[in-house]
Amino acid sequence: MDNPIIVDYLPIFMLLLVALFFALLLPALSLLLGPKRSPKNAAPHKYIAYESGMAAIGEAQRRLPVKFYRIAVLFILFDVDIILLVPWAVTFRNLGFYGLAVMGVFMFLFILGDVWVWKKGILEWE
Amino acid sequence: MEFTPPEINLLIVAPVLIIMAAGSLGMVIDLFMPDGKKGWAVWLAAIGLLLALAQNIALWNGNYETFIPQNGVAMVVMDNFAIFLNATFLLTGLLVIPLSRSYLQRTGLEKPEYYMLLLFSISGMMLMGMANDLILVFLALEVLSIPLYIMCGMLWPRPESEESAMKYFLLGAFSSAIFVFGIALVYGATTTTAIPLIFDAVAANGLNAMIVTGLAFLMVGAGFKVAAVPFHMWTPDVYEGAPTPVTAFMSVGAKIAGFAALLRVLMLALPQASGEWVTAVAVLSTLTLIIGNVVAIRQGNIKRMLAYSSIAHAGYILIAVAAAADNPSAGVSSALFYMFAYLFTNLGAFGMVIALERNYGEGNLLDDFKGLAKRHPWLSLAMAYFMLSLTGIPPTGGFSAKFYVFGAAIEAELYWLVLIGVITSVISGYYYLRVVYLMYMFDGEGQLITGRALQFAVFVMAISTLVLGLFPEGLFNLTAEATLSATRLLAGG
Repeated sequence: MDNPIIVDYLPIFMLLLVALFFALLLPALSLLLGPKRSPKNAAPHKYIAYESGMAAIGEAQRRLPVKFYRIAVLFILFDVDIILLVPWAVTFRNLGFYGLAVMGVFMFLFILGDVWVWKKGILEWE
Repeated sequence: MEFTPPEINLLIVAPVLIIMAAGSLGMVIDLFMPDGKKGWAVWLAAIGLLLALAQNIALWNGNYETFIPQNGVAMVVMDNFAIFLNATFLLTGLLVIPLSRSYLQRTGLEKPEYYMLLLFSISGMMLMGMANDLILVFLALEVLSIPLYIMCGMLWPRPESEESAMKYFLLGAFSSAIFVFGIALVYGATTTTAIPLIFDAVAANGLNAMIVTGLAFLMVGAGFKVAAVPFHMWTPDVYEGAPTPVTAFMSVGAKIAGFAALLRVLMLALPQASGEWVTAVAVLSTLTLIIGNVVAIRQGNIKRMLAYSSIAHAGYILIAVAAAADNPSAGVSSALFYMFAYLFTNLGAFGMVIALERNYGEGNLLDDFKGLAKRHPWLSLAMAYFMLSLTGIPPTGGFSAKFYVFGAAIEAELYWLVLIGVITSVISGYYYLRVVYLMYMFDGEGQLITGRALQFAVFVMAISTLVLGLFPEGLFNLTAEATLSATRLLAGG
């Protein structure tokens, strides 16, 4: 135990032990204390939506048109663009010409990407 | 607060800029070209790669630094280590293009985007070798990975390709998150992400649990990228499902880039922690060697076999990394040599797999190699030679590479690691030589589809492997120069 690194690790090790203890304890408790009924014997209405809920129709995993995904990705791109633009605008005077040049390069590439997206017809909904 | 812009010299990063510019230009040209014309993309990519290679070589021995912020520590260094790795990545690109061409045409994949994504991915790999700041390492990791995710899924109506892209994406995102967590921990302990400043902070304050935990996370993140056991689970599925030229590119480029990051972090940021990481690297290496080589025996699909073989080769490079702890110059230079030799050998073997593949996924079985020697004597000879090189039998580049790696490990007194390396090399002979046996000793229907470009590329790679096997000193001296710059901090501190 002379090694300082091992001593440093001790709290992490304790944390791991506590986490492991709880991870085992809680399932064990629910096994011990919970009612012992097999799912097969449960009443069938236990498996349908609760009271006022609608009866389930079809599968939960459905295919979504990919166009939603494309719009979502574009949204994130514009989002990130704004995140970078706002701090630049706030510190515009301080950054001076350097900031303008760097942002100019960034915006040029970004707009190039937008042109690409537009020309490839990714924004068309139908 | 007064702001002073960082010192920037764009000439130093010109190789990366040329690649990125060629990629962006290609995307724009694509918009205005009629649909039928596709041949221009190959030439644009090849010219971009050649220009970048020329500029890259012109910077040799310069030890340039650029993107220097106020604290005076450059974010990008163009030392010989970076230049050597850049050349490796650019050569990979130049060889993958002729291998891809006919495959892309017959699978209907031939889109300009393929070549442009290849360029973007290479630009990320190059940044990885040049990065002197953990943030830049992370950025490079993403720039190299994201185009690869897309390229894996490019055969998209086919479920295997989609599965490959999805698996690679999820595991890649997962490993990136682990890597960034490691950066955060190291930053928390040293208040910097600049690699030389981390070195200084550790030299001043010593190690603590936070740094070592961060180091472990960084190693896990890089371990995923280089496919070291136990972080290799994605490799066979991704390699099998991806279009074969993409697999070839991934198995060489992404792996070398991962090692570039690992070497920079271990050797330049945390060499004082070598007592901690050398054991971890050695254990990773042992597991990787044993599992990679043993599981490869059972594979009936050549792409899966080469996937496990690429895992196994990551193990050999890890031996060199472990040796670098005690013996920095020999360890790093033998790792560089190994990666360079592996580039030609592995791409050559994949060239044959590409030529043998009918439609997507047909002709990928080992049995399809039966009887090839009768119909394609020269290409079969080349394939046999690549297999010998992967096994490590002289006179091949693979033998020289293993020779230097084991030599470095013996100098570092890692005898048991060398023992495992030698034993697993013998095991690997079983599955590599089986391909040769199938080609020469059986009759079969297999036919190769080869274009002149592919034949030329395979020829170049076979000759390079032979030259590296017969005259390794020239390249080894180059790698020795490349490592001096990477380890100059150690010598100074």
